[in-house]
Order: sequence, then C-alpha cells, then structure tokens
Amino acid sequence: MLRRLHPDQPDTFAFAPANQAWAEAQITKFPEGRQASAVIPLLWRAQEQEGWLSRPALECVAKMLGMAYIRVLEVATFYFMFQLQPVGKIAHFQVCGTTSCLICGAEDLISVCQDKIAPMPHGISQNGKFSWEEVECLGACANAPMVQIGKDYYEDLTAKKLADLIDEFDNGKIPIPGPQNGRYAAEPEGGLTSLKEYETGALAYNASAQTAVDLQDTVKRIDGTEVPLFTPWLSNTKKSEKA
Amino acid sequence: MLKDQDRIFTNLYGMHERTLKGAKKRGHWDGTAKIIKNGRDWIIDEMKKSGLRGRGGAGFPTGLKWSFMPKESDGRPSYLVVNADESEPGTCKDREIMRHDPHTLIEGCLIASFAMNANVCYIYIRGEYIREREALQAAIDQAYEAGLVGPNAAKSGWDFDIYLHHGAGAYICGEETALLESLEGKKGMPRMKPPFPAGAGLYGCPTTVNNVESIAVVPTILRRGGDWFSGFGRPNNAGTKLFAISGHVNHRCVVEEEMSITFDELIDKHCGGIRGGWDNLKAVIPGGSSVPMLPGSVMRKDAIMDFDWLREQRSGLGTAAVIVMDNSTDVVKAIWRLSKFYKHESCGQCTPCREGTGWMMRVMERLVSGDAEPDEIDVLLDVTKQVEGHTICALGDAAAWPIQGLIRHFRDDIEERIAHKRKTRRPIAAE
Ligand SMILES: Cc1cc2nc3c(=O)[nH]c(=O)nc-3n(C[C@H](O)[C@H](O)[C@H](O)COP(=O)(O)O)c2cc1C
Ligand code: SF4
Ligand code: FES
Repeated sequence: MLRRLHPDQPDTFAFAPANQAWAEAQITKFPEGRQASAVIPLLWRAQEQEGWLSRPALECVAKMLGMAYIRVLEVATFYFMFQLQPVGKIAHFQVCGTTSCLICGAEDLISVCQDKIAPMPHGISQNGKFSWEEVECLGACANAPMVQIGKDYYEDLTAKKLADLIDEFDNGKIPIPGPQNGRYAAEPEGGLTSLKEYETGALAYNASAQTAVDLQDTVKRIDGTEVPLFTPWLSNTKKSEKA
Repeated sequence: MLKDQDRIFTNLYGMHERTLKGAKKRGHWDGTAKIIKNGRDWIIDEMKKSGLRGRGGAGFPTGLKWSFMPKESDGRPSYLVVNADESEPGTCKDREIMRHDPHTLIEGCLIASFAMNANVCYIYIRGEYIREREALQAAIDQAYEAGLVGPNAAKSGWDFDIYLHHGAGAYICGEETALLESLEGKKGMPRMKPPFPAGAGLYGCPTTVNNVESIAVVPTILRRGGDWFSGFGRPNNAGTKLFAISGHVNHRCVVEEEMSITFDELIDKHCGGIRGGWDNLKAVIPGGSSVPMLPGSVMRKDAIMDFDWLREQRSGLGTAAVIVMDNSTDVVKAIWRLSKFYKHESCGQCTPCREGTGWMMRVMERLVSGDAEPDEIDVLLDVTKQVEGHTICALGDAAAWPIQGLIRHFRDDIEERIAHKRKTRRPIAAE
C-alpha cells in the first residue's frame, strides 16, 4: 500500500507544553548522540495529540531529534500505526482481521464498520466522528474477535456488541474496554482451571481495562497530563520529573 | 496437569494483587542479590542446566545464547534487549506477563543483564499494547522507587537501568535485527547476519535479544534450580510454557502448562474441549502463524506439544500459539489470510519476499474462490520453495510454510473446490 502524506496540511504543529516535557523525557532514555532512537515515541505522541501525522509534525520531531526530515518521513511511512490522513473526530476503529479473529467472526465486525461508519477503510463517517480500518493481529487472539478503539482493546465481540459500542461512543460515552462477554482477562471462558487460590484481591477490571476506567482517556486527544513519564534513571535525583 | 505451586506466572490473569507488594507476596524479588552474587558463570550454567529454549519462536537454548556475550568489555557497553513485539498471529502470551505479572520480567531483566555484563536493558513493546505499556512502566517505576533497579540494584552491587520503548505496528520489528534497527530510530529492516548481535547489535555494541517469556522465567528458575525446571517436559523440551489457545475450542485462554503436554489434555483440561466435540476437529496451527498446520487426525490422539514432536510432524511449537479450526472452517481461506498478512508485513528489501508474498497471496486468493487451474497448486508449491531459504530474514520462510502445510494436508479440499467451480461455471454464450 502506498503511504503518502495527505494533500491538505495544516500550517504549523507544536507539542502541548506537557507533551513537550514528556517528549524531552523520552529522549533521556538513550545514550548521547542516539536521540534518533526516540523518533517513534515522539511521532506517536504527536499523533495522540492531533489524531494524525501532518508534515509540520514530522518537521517538528525531526528538528527536536536533529534528524534529517527525510529520515523521519521514512519512519512515518514505514510503520502502519501512523495515520497519515485525518481520522474520525471521536475515534478510529482498528478491526483485527487476521486468522484467529477471522475464524471467530471478524468479517461480521468489518460489515458493521462498513454499515455504520464508512463503506471503505480510512473513510470518515458522515457525521465526521468515526473512521475505521482492518489491521493485522493485535495480539489478543484468545479474546477474538476484537477491535482497538483509541488506546483500548474491546475483546470477545459480536457484531451486535460492536454496533452497540459505536452507538455509545456516538452518545459521548466511553464504554468499558476489555472482554465484552463478562470474562475478566484471558482466563478460560468457562471459569478458572488453574490459579484458583490466587483469585483474591482482584480489582474490578483487568490491568488494561482498569487503567482505562481510571484515566477515562480511551479516545481522548492526549495533552500530556494523563500518564506521567518519570525519569528515575537521571542521576540520583529520584525526583519525579513530571512530563 | 501442572500444579499451581509449579506455576511461574501466578498472576497470569491479574486476579491477584498486581502491585510490587503483591508480587513480593508471591515470591518474586526474593533473594535477588544472592542470585547475582553467585556470579555470571553460575547463572549461565544453571540456565544451561534448566534446558530453557527461547520462547520467541525459534527455540534456541537461552543459556548458550548468553554465553556468546563477551565476558570483558572492550570499551563498548553490552545490552540486553527484550523482544516484546508479540505480533505473530495467534500469539498473546507476553501481553499477560507484562500487564499482570510484570515483576517477573523486570527481575529477569536485572539478572539476565548482569549475566551478560549489561548495565542497560531496553524492552521493545509493540505499539498497539498501550495499556500494557502503561502497566509495565508503572511496575518499572515501582521497582526504581524501591531500589530494585537503578544504582546498586536490589543491593546486588550492580548498577542497572531499564527502559521501556515501543514500536508502531510492524510485525517485522519482532525479527531481532529489525527490532534493533527500529530501536535506533530507523525503518524496521532486518540486517544481514553475520555480524550477529552478540558481536555488533544495538549501536554496534554486543547485544542479546530475548523474548519476554524467556526472560520472565529466569528468576524462578534460578531460585528453584535448573533441575527443577528441566524436570518438566521431555528431554530437550524442558520446562513450563505459556500456551495461547484461540479459535474453535469451547473456552479459549492463555494458560501455563508443562511442556510436552498432549494436545487432548491441554484442550480438555483448560479449553473445555473442541467446539462441537472432537469429531468436529479439522485442523490445528500448533505454534503461531509461521508454522505449518496439521490435520485434526494427527492432533487428536497423543499429539505432544513440544519442539521435537511437532518438528517430527513437519510443523513446530513456535510461540505455542495454538489456533484450532473445526469443520466449519474454510482452511484454504484461513491460510489465504495468513498470506495476506505476510504480504502486508514484508519489509520489501529482498526480491523473493517482496514479490513472492504478493504472488503467493494472489494465487491463494484464486484457490479460495476455486478459480485456479489445477496445476497452479504445484506452481504455487514451487514458488514457496523458491522463497524459502532465499531471503535475509525468516519472514520469507514464514510466508512459505503455512502454504506448504495446507497443500500437504488439504490438497484434496483445494482440488475439489477447483473441480466444483469448473462444473458449475456457466458456459459463456457466444454472442
Ligand atoms: C518475522 C519475524 C518476527 C518475529 N517476531 C517475534 C516477536 O514478536 N517476539 C519475539 O520474541 N520473537 C520474534 N521473532 C524471533 C526473534 O527474531 C528472536 O529469535 C527472538 O526474540 C529471540 O528470543 P528467544 O531466544 O528468547 O526466543 C521473530 C522472528 C521473525 C523472523
Ligand atoms: S525476508 Fe522479507 S521481511 Fe525479511 S528482510 Fe527480506 S524482504 Fe524483509
Ligand atoms: S488474530 Fe486478531 S488479535 Fe490475533
């Protein structure tokens, strides 16, 4: 698939202040002279902030990392999570279509997206709120079929459940992520067959869903105030450098 | 069946306390400094004794791999890089470790890094695992806070920093040298080997790349002894293993079991059997998308889930991602979808892979619809042989093998479909 920058580009891009600090903290993970290593996280944060990657965003990241623009463009076009065109205002749906999901009903989920969002992948719904695409295995195959919406995985889906989820987002709600059939995580659907004595101290949701519920940032445009990046590796100043 | 007290991942489902305190209660971070004070040679010997083979797919002995790292630095630092890219279709085990039992991995990183003379470890997690990244980073922060990593980590005398980094949706970045390229901020294109990463890896420095599960089992192995671990499974296939079972079983799940468990025990004990009963089993991909499928008849009775037995059947254990298909499955289509996957994910730098994956996918498309000529099956098989072994990385092989497995075991299905299509094809009216 050809991946090119979108014909309509904004004039400027700048990281929100907290995102800027976050990005600068990312760079400290790498040795001196190896700042380019931070390119994917920085591009990703730009996308989290804006919804998609524009040319000014690539230029901004290139400048921050001392990289040639063409090297950043190469990275942005190589990795499929980077959206090079605008996406739905509320949420972009990524439907897993690979084999484990396929044989558990992924095609029905895609039909729902075609009906309720747009007939073609990367198309935007008429109300401008949603877009969708089919993606490759998202690594949640024991909870197939599944869809990633914003930051979160919605698993153990049916066509009906997905249609309901879209309606909920449409009504401004954030449905609780994770398995949609009452399952907790990736334990056997019929109940535990091992680790029964450890079934204590459980929070309401598995680790992924719990974070989503706590932060409420599933489809939020990230401004850097959500999840701090501490840099305890910087000298002895154990000070949390909030980013 | 494996007993709970012999399970390493006691919080696999996240139902127990997920904090550092909870992890300590379950026995993690216990005597870490003592393990490290036993020294490098002891650790590597013990790992060799344990018989652990890499859990990332290839099954290379972990202790042996570590021994390739230089004992003394020539001025360059050494690195441990943990492969948390988990993108092989069917595979969803490392995710459970990182979000629910992250301290097994962090403690493993410290010990493994020490054994390889590395003061720095990078974990490369796939970009889509955003919540898993947040959970793992929170655990790393807790470990720093408690002094378990950082200067004089866990009071072992070893200085150790651990960084979490991520990708952005490219299966190829799971290949270890592509991962290193990506970590350096480039396109994920595999490198030619040699040089191997142990000689020149990340930033040109000695590097070992290991899978999440390979590293996360290390602390428990060293606490309980290599002999304990090698007591599970058949010789050369040691240990406990996370299996991820997807598809047409009654209860899909990720579960830790003894290596060399039989397929029917695995499915009956943990998955509530095959959907519609054992007679309804059509085929199984036993180790993730890259390994050839096996027919239900082979898997039904006494099939042994380990490296050697599955290789004898011309398949493999791979990542132990078990994809089960019942009789309702269009197996040709199931494999076509994998061909589409490999075409999508080829990095494009070798011609046989770049052109071959697209070519194979298009023929597979015609096999699905039945619109192919019967002799195209052999042509397709021939093309898979031309791709296999002629590329820089193993993605070429991985694209070829599933098709070979399909033709080997389900040629009749394919031929029947073509014949049926020909019979029902309407004669074109002469106009
Ligand atoms: C195309 C391709 C994709 C791979 N993806 C992964 C992956 O997602 N995770 C992983 O651990 N290993 C993956 N591997 C295997 C790695 O190259 C490497 O062998 C492994 O990380 C070594 O770790 P281990 O010795 O602990 O198994 C992949 C290999 C290839 C050829
Ligand atoms: S085999 Fe395919 S994926 Fe691997 S290096 Fe060659 S083109 Fe890239
Ligand atoms: S195949 Fe859909 S998550 Fe793996």
